Amino acid sequence: MAPLAAADRIVSRRLDQADAHTIDGYERTGGYDGLKAALARPPQEIVDEVKTASLLGRGGAGFPCGVKWGFCPPGVWPRYVVVNGDESEPGTYKDRALMERDPHQVVEGALICAYAVGAAQVFLYVRGEMALAQERLAQALNDAYAKGYVGRDIAGSGFSCDVVLHWGAGAYIVGEETGLIESLEGNRGMPRLKPPFFPAAKGLYLQPTIVNNIETVSNLPWIVLNGGEKFAEKGAETSRGTRLFAVSGHVQRPGIYEVEFGVTTYRDLLFDPAYGGGIREGHQLKCFIPGGASAPWFFEEHLDLPLETGAIGKAGSMMGSGAVVVMDETTDAVRAAWRVVRFFANESCGKCTPCREGTNWLAKIMRRILDGYGRPSDLDLLRDVCDNISPGLAWPPRMTTICPLGPSAVSPILSTIDRFRDEYDAYIAAAEPAPTTVSIPVALRAGSVAGKEGVGA
Amino acid sequence: MPRLSRENTELAREIIARYPRPRSALVPLLHLAQEQDGYVTDEAMEHIGELVGISPAEVLGTCSFYEMLKREPVGRYLVNVCTDISCMLLGGAELLEHAEETLDLKAGNTTADGLFTLEDVECQAACTEAPCLQVNYRYFTNMAPGALDQVLEDLRSGRLDDDVPAHGTLHRIRQHIPNDRAAGNALPEGGQEPAWMRGA
Repeated sequence: MAPLAAADRIVSRRLDQADAHTIDGYERTGGYDGLKAALARPPQEIVDEVKTASLLGRGGAGFPCGVKWGFCPPGVWPRYVVVNGDESEPGTYKDRALMERDPHQVVEGALICAYAVGAAQVFLYVRGEMALAQERLAQALNDAYAKGYVGRDIAGSGFSCDVVLHWGAGAYIVGEETGLIESLEGNRGMPRLKPPFFPAAKGLYLQPTIVNNIETVSNLPWIVLNGGEKFAEKGAETSRGTRLFAVSGHVQRPGIYEVEFGVTTYRDLLFDPAYGGGIREGHQLKCFIPGGASAPWFFEEHLDLPLETGAIGKAGSMMGSGAVVVMDETTDAVRAAWRVVRFFANESCGKCTPCREGTNWLAKIMRRILDGYGRPSDLDLLRDVCDNISPGLAWPPRMTTICPLGPSAVSPILSTIDRFRDEYDAYIAAAEPAPTTVSIPVALRAGSVAGKEGVGA
Repeated sequence: MPRLSRENTELAREIIARYPRPRSALVPLLHLAQEQDGYVTDEAMEHIGELVGISPAEVLGTCSFYEMLKREPVGRYLVNVCTDISCMLLGGAELLEHAEETLDLKAGNTTADGLFTLEDVECQAACTEAPCLQVNYRYFTNMAPGALDQVLEDLRSGRLDDDVPAHGTLHRIRQHIPNDRAAGNALPEGGQEPAWMRGA
């Protein structure tokens, strides 16, 4: 597939424009035209337009956006819109770019969503660690209020809606939509059980709430202006329009690329000179994570798969958050898998026992293998702990937990044991005979000023 | 003792007023306390509880969940080196080791002069510019040991003062909703169908 021409970009078309974050720079390039166009039409038409576009959520789960909007129970008011800018999945970097470099597009998209679903208040939840994104959005909102694009009786249309900037304080789990709602209510960010707490039915303050990702809402101004049909012309099967991918790791040109969804392949994304540009000089591809740290890994034989939800699901993984992490042959697969598992262990919120205990045990076992204390039984033990978190070790994963965080820690372990068994065996063969009790070094974890202990840091 | 200052109390009230329920303002208010004192003091948590209408224990319950909210003093500069997968592949772990040697401490600790706290952190969403680090949540990307030393030196000498405020100050531009433009909170109780939806 030929790379996407600059003129065909949708969400990222202003990312290279130096003043796109200012209200002048935004208005000059068609900013807020989508909102004005939307306000001139009945809300239901906007919902239909988004359904026609087949816009899938860009946060990770990939649920059809227009369908989600339709899940609000009729007659229950008020409704809220929450925009999820808590981007923290390892390898994922695209929402931050949109918030920092095109913040008005986020605000405009959020307002279009609120108008369409009948929400009277929007909360923009930005990840705590993203200070610049918070500043850019705060400035954008202040300017947009002054210009009458946000707040009371927007552009004389009768549509009134505040957009409130909210910021987190460091917790990956808050990216999960019900955890995010808990956090926005001032609580520990622990996910809620679904059902009954599907946000569209019972979300913020138990009212109907639409939670959409930053990239998802950033598509809305374009869709309103150009039509859902035009959006759906691009792409294939379930995966329409364009989509942002962050390509990182051992490629020549790491970067954020907007590509045509559904038809572009991983080979294009990794090797096309306009995208990843190939594996770094003198090295070969070993494996890659196709969609964020939660995704099972892919290999050489998966390169020609299109970036299409159905095809990738059938091949046993997912596009998730659009993060592609590329590893060449110099990569220690056991170490790489451990590092991903450590992330999930550190970020487990502690609500569900299989995840709280399981992810930490997985990280400890992986760490002792790396430290030269592995035991021949460890691979079975790893699989057994995995099975307690995700029974049957199937894809898509079954869960003994409320949210998918725990099962996500299973992916890198299964992928590497299946494919790079020899590397585990080599570590274990070289290990010292284990004493009956092994002391596992538990270093003070990052952020341990509060005295918390982490695992194997 | 460090309850919120009069100025910050005013700011806290403005933030609380933006939410349908006061408790929703909790995390932003804890950040405000951290901005004032460099970390979140017990007294500030009590004060915030009063402002929001919950007990200090409930404030602590929320506060202790979040990594960024420190309940003990940290250095003026919080140096967060990412060692997660994308950074690891390009030398993140070695970068952290180098920082530990340069600062002569292990990650999780503060230098004796109180200037630097070093942390080994998870993904900071700069994966295509790996390896990366943040100082007080400002990015330094495509790092290498020499570049890291330069950053530390520039921080020490004050050359980065304009870019990197002391720990606690997160964003320096705040949202203000002008009264004459505010739509007002959508209270969860007794909501009605919004005007623009009627007859739609």
